[in-house]
Amino acid sequence: MANPMKIRAASKDGVTEVKVLMSHEMETGQRKDSSGNLVPAHFITELTATWNGKTVLEAQFGPAVSKNPYLAFKFKGGAKGDKVVVSWKDNKGDSRTDEAAIA
Amino acid sequence: MKHSVLAGLLAWAVCSGVQADSATDEIARYREMIADGNPSELFALQGEALWKQKRGPKNASLEQCDLGLGPGVVKGASARLPRYFKDTGKVEDLETRLMTCMQTLQGIDPKLVIDAPWGKGEKETMQALVAYIVTESNGEKIAIDMRPPQMKKMYELGKMAFYYRGGPMDFSCATCHGDKDKRIRLQDLPDLRTQAGAAAGWGTWPAYRVSNGQFWTMQHRLSDCFRQQRFPEPIYGSDVTIALSVYMAATGNGGTVLTPGIKR
Repeated sequence: MANPMKIRAASKDGVTEVKVLMSHEMETGQRKDSSGNLVPAHFITELTATWNGKTVLEAQFGPAVSKNPYLAFKFKGGAKGDKVVVSWKDNKGDSRTDEAAIA
Repeated sequence: MKHSVLAGLLAWAVCSGVQADSATDEIARYREMIADGNPSELFALQGEALWKQKRGPKNASLEQCDLGLGPGVVKGASARLPRYFKDTGKVEDLETRLMTCMQTLQGIDPKLVIDAPWGKGEKETMQALVAYIVTESNGEKIAIDMRPPQMKKMYELGKMAFYYRGGPMDFSCATCHGDKDKRIRLQDLPDLRTQAGAAAGWGTWPAYRVSNGQFWTMQHRLSDCFRQQRFPEPIYGSDVTIALSVYMAATGNGGTVLTPGIKR
């Protein structure tokens, strides 16, 4: 099971800004370890964010995204206390879902 | 013709001056951009869980650990470390103090931490704990209690180590950190002899390093400074590392703690 994400969401003037910090290795599959063997690719492929059950963001990630990725985005709407849920899936079939209340 | 070449050269000189400035500005802007998303938070989350988790032969948590402000007080504790501890009769930095707590409360042998490679085994536990504890001192002032004579002794030892030249390159810490406005590639090197410099250096480590995705504790930072000087690497938590920490922290007294930092 992957480590938790850190999610912050704040709404201002009808716009909610969401900041997500994910804990992931994001291996490209191009690197070699100390004994010369290729380190297998391991990266997030899909990410979805919902607000009160409605999808507000869908993203496809690839091996070019850094380790422990940081994602910030804004959407129209959202009020204090509403629930924002972010989930990702990676190429090894692992996944993680975390949520936060809008501040 | 000659005139225009000169003008061209002048323009180039002006431009390159501007460029140097904007390069540092760009880095400052980049830091500002990622300040919100400092991945140290991920380590701190794990550290908080580890602090509360029952571990070791004694199956106990670290919640009764006294970091200097009383058992279990984490808030502001690392801003006041290193300090002299009466119970052990030693000056301890955050990491050696945590080793003491792990030994007394949890029964975990400090050797397990000392002998582990960086970022592996008990050192991985240590870096997460450190990330959590230093986050709880963010925004505090560096306040090192220099009254105990043991602290003064450590300070003097640290100062000596700071200026001690040796190794195949005849380097000392002061070679890079004993002058103002020095740089390694695009990283500014703080002048650790001054209060402002020491506060900037001491106050921003431990930190997350973007280039390798690792969280580095102060012990790790110091050990790598020794390696960069081509000195033999010091034993984890040894007196010289604590002495250097006391020297830096005491010089930076009064500065703001911005830990966990974020570095290239």
